[in-house]
Amino acid sequence: MGDLAAAGSLPAAGSLAAAGSLPGAGELPELANVHWRERVSEASLRRADRTWTLSIVAHEVPFLVTAVVLPLLAPVLAIVSVFALGFAWTIPALYAARGAGVLRPQRRRAQTDAGAETRALGFLGDLVGHDVRELVTRTGLAVERGAFGVWVVGPAGALLVRPGGRRVQCYCVRVAGGELPAADRVAHLLLALRADESGFATVANLTWSGACWRLRRHLSASAREGLAAGMAMAREHPRG
Amino acid sequence: MSRLIRMDQTGHTVLAHWSPDDLAGTEAARAALQAELDRGYLAVASEPDGSATAVRELPLDSELVILRRPIAGG
Repeated sequence: MGDLAAAGSLPAAGSLAAAGSLPGAGELPELANVHWRERVSEASLRRADRTWTLSIVAHEVPFLVTAVVLPLLAPVLAIVSVFALGFAWTIPALYAARGAGVLRPQRRRAQTDAGAETRALGFLGDLVGHDVRELVTRTGLAVERGAFGVWVVGPAGALLVRPGGRRVQCYCVRVAGGELPAADRVAHLLLALRADESGFATVANLTWSGACWRLRRHLSASAREGLAAGMAMAREHPRG
Repeated sequence: MSRLIRMDQTGHTVLAHWSPDDLAGTEAARAALQAELDRGYLAVASEPDGSATAVRELPLDSELVILRRPIAGG
């Protein structure tokens, strides 16, 4: 067993191979750990979008119906309508806040020194193009165009802005090793994404899907800037 | 000159340099790559155009091979 497996919570390459059917050449080795999952495709992403929309509608409709019907039955029940409208607004907002958590700024670990952060940020800047480098320096987030849309990659997760720039999916995904600089974590995820976008989305956990405007309200300033950059790139390639 | 880089807690560490006509450098890079793969690192050949390929052996024609740690859903 490798050092990383011994030290952390993730398996070594050897045990990845032993965990299930070994992914083919060019595929993420981590897919062996989630062999039961259907590989993500454009069709499965659209299905996930529809499921999330239906879920939100199912949450909202009872509250909205309550808010409309009760005052018609008895005007005094208007106060209940106000609460129902509050729930109709709050519940989707709580889900969106959970999605926004994937780009929540992380506290710097005690074992990570500032020099390592600077070196890692420089390395990440070398991996991305000139147009993205400034965004990386300002926000610590990398924006990458993929087949499924535009990815906004942070240290512990990523947003996938779908073509057209109106809808976004939030993915929670982590790197083994607590002592890595934040920019190194972004570089890890970016390289995995570039190597196998479908595999990356399969390994990561989808935490939320919905409208960009709903997510934006719950993001930090730097994450909002990253989302805006992703939306701008996604608008250049409207949904086909 | 191609480079083998490991992303680690220092930011990154250059483990080896090689060129196709440098047999000793190539062998050293191969050995370093294998040692890191055995430790649980995963290798990615990163190309200047922004593409990347997961590799298990040293690609001699790649300019940059990066060792990363496994990822998992959070």
